[in-house]
Amino acid sequence: MTDNQQPLVEMRNISISFGGIRAVDDVSIDLYPGEVVGLLGHNGAGKSTLIKILSGAYPMDAGDIFVDGQPVTIHNPRDAKNLGIETIYQTLALADNVDAAANLFLGRELQSRWGTLDDAAMESACRQVMGRLNPNFQRFKDPVKSLSGGQRQSVAIARALYFNARILIMDEPTAALGPQETAQVAELIKHLKSEGIGIFLISHDIHDVFDLSDRVSVMKNGKLVGTASVDVVTKDEVLGMIILGKCPPQVEPGPGAVATDMSIEEVC
Amino acid sequence: MVETSVNPVKKLLEATEVDTRILGMVAVLGLLWLGFGIATDGAFLTPRNLWNLSVQTSSIAVMATGMVLVIVTRNIDLSVGSLLGFTGMIIAVTQAEWLPALWGYDHSMTWVTALLVGMVAGALAGALQGFVIAYMGVPAFIVTLGGLLAWRGAAWWVTSGRTVAPMDSTFQIMGGGPSGSVGELATWLISGAICLMIVAAFLRGRHLRRLHQFPLRPVWAEFVLAGFYCAGVMGAAAVANAYPWPSRIAERYAQAEGIPIPEGGLVIAHGFAVPVLIAVFVAVVMSFIATRTRFGRYVFAIGGNPEAAELAGVNTRKVILLVFTIMGILAAIGAAISTARLNAATNAQGTLDELYVIAAAVIGGTSLAGGVGKVAGAVLGALVMQSLQSGMVLVGIDTPLQNMIVGVVLVIAVWVDTLYRKRSSL
Ligand SMILES: Nc1ncnc2c1ncn2[C@@H]1O[C@H](COP(=O)(O)OP(=O)(O)OP(=O)(O)O)[C@@H](O)[C@H]1O
Ligand SMILES: [Mg+2]
Repeated sequence: MTDNQQPLVEMRNISISFGGIRAVDDVSIDLYPGEVVGLLGHNGAGKSTLIKILSGAYPMDAGDIFVDGQPVTIHNPRDAKNLGIETIYQTLALADNVDAAANLFLGRELQSRWGTLDDAAMESACRQVMGRLNPNFQRFKDPVKSLSGGQRQSVAIARALYFNARILIMDEPTAALGPQETAQVAELIKHLKSEGIGIFLISHDIHDVFDLSDRVSVMKNGKLVGTASVDVVTKDEVLGMIILGKCPPQVEPGPGAVATDMSIEEVC
Repeated sequence: MVETSVNPVKKLLEATEVDTRILGMVAVLGLLWLGFGIATDGAFLTPRNLWNLSVQTSSIAVMATGMVLVIVTRNIDLSVGSLLGFTGMIIAVTQAEWLPALWGYDHSMTWVTALLVGMVAGALAGALQGFVIAYMGVPAFIVTLGGLLAWRGAAWWVTSGRTVAPMDSTFQIMGGGPSGSVGELATWLISGAICLMIVAAFLRGRHLRRLHQFPLRPVWAEFVLAGFYCAGVMGAAAVANAYPWPSRIAERYAQAEGIPIPEGGLVIAHGFAVPVLIAVFVAVVMSFIATRTRFGRYVFAIGGNPEAAELAGVNTRKVILLVFTIMGILAAIGAAISTARLNAATNAQGTLDELYVIAAAVIGGTSLAGGVGKVAGAVLGALVMQSLQSGMVLVGIDTPLQNMIVGVVLVIAVWVDTLYRKRSSL
């Protein structure tokens, strides 16, 4: 559906090792404007590591990143943010000792004419975004350490949303959220999509991923098993890709795919 | 959300939103002064002793404000005492030897040039340590432990261990004493100005809260709080003005200026000592930096979660480098105060100061786990430490016992703080 467009992001042949472990091995994925790509894989498959390379948290060992078709170098999170890449980290990455507004604006504080922090303006902006995301949230003065897991996650989501990202990375954004808040995030993803924002969505909830994504990319042991449009694969086939690394015939196998005729016994 | 309590004390605390930790420290300080006052038959509470106490606290208080930022970022600086020695030596040599060779003695620019040279030296030394810590990844404990030895050696090396004296006469003003005090009128004027600023800050705070429709404090609570602060400032002014110059110095001054000496002797009040004003100024600036600027926000965010700060786009290394640079500058200001007060720079100056500075910050509520601390708390902590020391001297406690008491008090203070934090889950 997006064949004629230029990808918003393209990560080509990305590799990174930690010590002896090849956490990400020769992975290529891409993302088009207004598209949601679900990133799937077992625990430790390398999903978070892959997107952390895009968000500037880790330097890659090999590979290329293109944004709008142009090669880019991302040395640190500031570089990524300057390219319009915002990230909701699996670990949330909040400074526990300061309040929601301080976290929302961390690194990009609003300042008064005199160059001092404009705390009042930041709190008032924070009340607005949080109101859309989690209307029950009231604890604006408390350090985020004292918030619940879901409230903390709402703060992390609000931070990624506030700054008008073009590329949004969501690493398990709803893991700690209640049903109402999860539904709200799903609505939000659809809304952002309609605005032309590209989203990488990492989740273990395959139903959610199928509902929200246009394509899914599956990783296993640091390698890409394959990428498929959700229209051409079933949930069971995707589960097969996640668990066995088995690519269905209609999907082009990646470097991490095992031969199709291999049975479960042989893999185990 | 705010439950109004029936207990009047609780109600007062809630309405004024006052920091109970700081209030607790003020209470401890009050008890300490009262205790020493009783134990010394009032000698501790004389204007003279309190004035001296304020001057003795200045140098440590200046450095403690910087130590707050260092500890908040989960670091430590063990080198400040040696840095004080090193920069003090540079300041002294600059004004007593280098500049006079150029300009002659008592040039009007000598004091400020010497001070600036010292501050630049402090900044460079601090930046060097900060660079090794932030960019080369060596733990601050080790780097500044090395600094503790190295800067002390460097201080010796400036003059091969020779004591440098005397200081420039204008420079000496920074050390206090009769000529280093601002006098009665200026003291009242300064206090009045500070009170006006306090009132203005309250009005502005109220205005901002109303502008953004945040809940307002009750008006009476604003009055109580602002009144309390202003009374503190005015009280300090009254005490400083109640301490007259020694009569011999006053007479000599009168003769030199051609003022007739009235019957019953000439009474000239000290007023605030200049080093105390320097310390207050530094504390206000550092408090502003810590709470009102981006840099200060980053310092606290790094202390709360260094990884999160980095991922949020904060240049954490640069912030750490700057924190240590500021610490170096403050050590130089502390050195200027102490060399001016001694009217000399010695090789051993500032020995053990690092421990008093760290203790002041920690007693003042700075958490060694990082992320939590207040500049005002550290200044109060410095005052508590100094009160304890000079009180024990007045009472006549032996030096070894003094050290033991200070050590035990430090441990107890941190223990109480741990309990407090657990209860307030902060
Ligand atoms: N900073 C690091 N240092 C060492 N090893 C790491 C580091 N980060 C990740 N790894 C390793 O890389 C591999 C991939 O981890 P990653 O966090 O990317 O997995 P994931 O797919 O996000 O898993 P999950 O579903 O559990 O979040 C794991 O084996 C992990 O142990
Ligand atoms: Mg992960």
